[in-house]
Amino acid sequence: MKIVIMGCGRVGAQLASLLDADGHKTTVLDVDAHSFRRLPPSFGGTALVGDGTDEEMLRKAGIGEADAFVAVTQGDNRNVMAAQIAKHVFNVSKVLCRIYDPLRKDVYEALGLEAVSPTTVFAQLLRDKLLTE
Amino acid sequence: MYIIIVGGGSVGYHLCKALLKEGHEVLVLDKDATKCENFEDELGSVCVRGDGCEVATLAEAGVSRAEVFIAATDEDEDNLVACQIAKHKFGVPRTIARVNDPKDEEIFRKLGVDCPISVTNLILEHIEEKIPTHPLIHLLTMGEEKIEIVEVKILEGSKSVGKSVKELSLPADSILALLIRNGQRPQVPTADTILEVDDRIIALTTAESEEALQEKLASY
Repeated sequence: MKIVIMGCGRVGAQLASLLDADGHKTTVLDVDAHSFRRLPPSFGGTALVGDGTDEEMLRKAGIGEADAFVAVTQGDNRNVMAAQIAKHVFNVSKVLCRIYDPLRKDVYEALGLEAVSPTTVFAQLLRDKLLTE
Repeated sequence: MYIIIVGGGSVGYHLCKALLKEGHEVLVLDKDATKCENFEDELGSVCVRGDGCEVATLAEAGVSRAEVFIAATDEDEDNLVACQIAKHKFGVPRTIARVNDPKDEEIFRKLGVDCPISVTNLILEHIEEKIPTHPLIHLLTMGEEKIEIVEVKILEGSKSVGKSVKELSLPADSILALLIRNGQRPQVPTADTILEVDDRIIALTTAESEEALQEKLASY
């Protein structure tokens, strides 16, 4: 699969290296080149400095041929905007985005965007851990 | 009319002031406490501190009874999300977004913002209008249908001077709607209308055909 990831923070970098190790063609975008230090030396994909809410930049990252797009920057709204561009402008078949705010996540899920809220997931995980011990 | 403005910067401030003066009920949302205090001091209780992209804040602000929702921060992604939540979660009939990067205007429209406004594009349009040698001026773009209304000036030396409309073989999706000729009442051009120097034509076209229309009407 060809996958474009926006945001090379801890999650983005980790995801990129996992996918790369699985043999997928992976491109990571970040506005700060310094973020790419998080990628392991073995990373064989592409790291591009640029803004994923910019159509031109997404095109450069090969979004036109991508099978999937993942938005995991720190900003909920940036993720939402980039994911919608990937879905509605470039018709990428699989689009995932991170939305920290659970209520905002619900709104966008209702609008057809596939979103994950780490807040909800992590809170549930903690609760389960607390209650099973 | 109840109007909500997200973003208490200079755009938000002056919009609020003008809309209050017109007698509207206005509420400004801003994350910054100092900005909220400024509003309080100068315009009264019109500003609530909060994130205009948050569902809970918007619910508290009574967005569901707002008739117009304006997102005027200097971050495009925030303006987009605020408008989308207002529209889809709270059913606000008219959402207006300030567009900071002109390339986002089209994207915002595509993603459901009723009225995206790019100041840069407005200034560019103004310049086009004020420079008399520019043959094609954008007057209006009509939302989803992507119809553009443009004005074309027939300048001296243009190839279309002395030709009839039918001889020009205009692009199929372009229509000449009105002909404005000095000293005459505006008229609807027919296939046999002969174009003259200094004629001004109001035409309907599309973004794709705009260049071809300009070529037919105004090239030398």
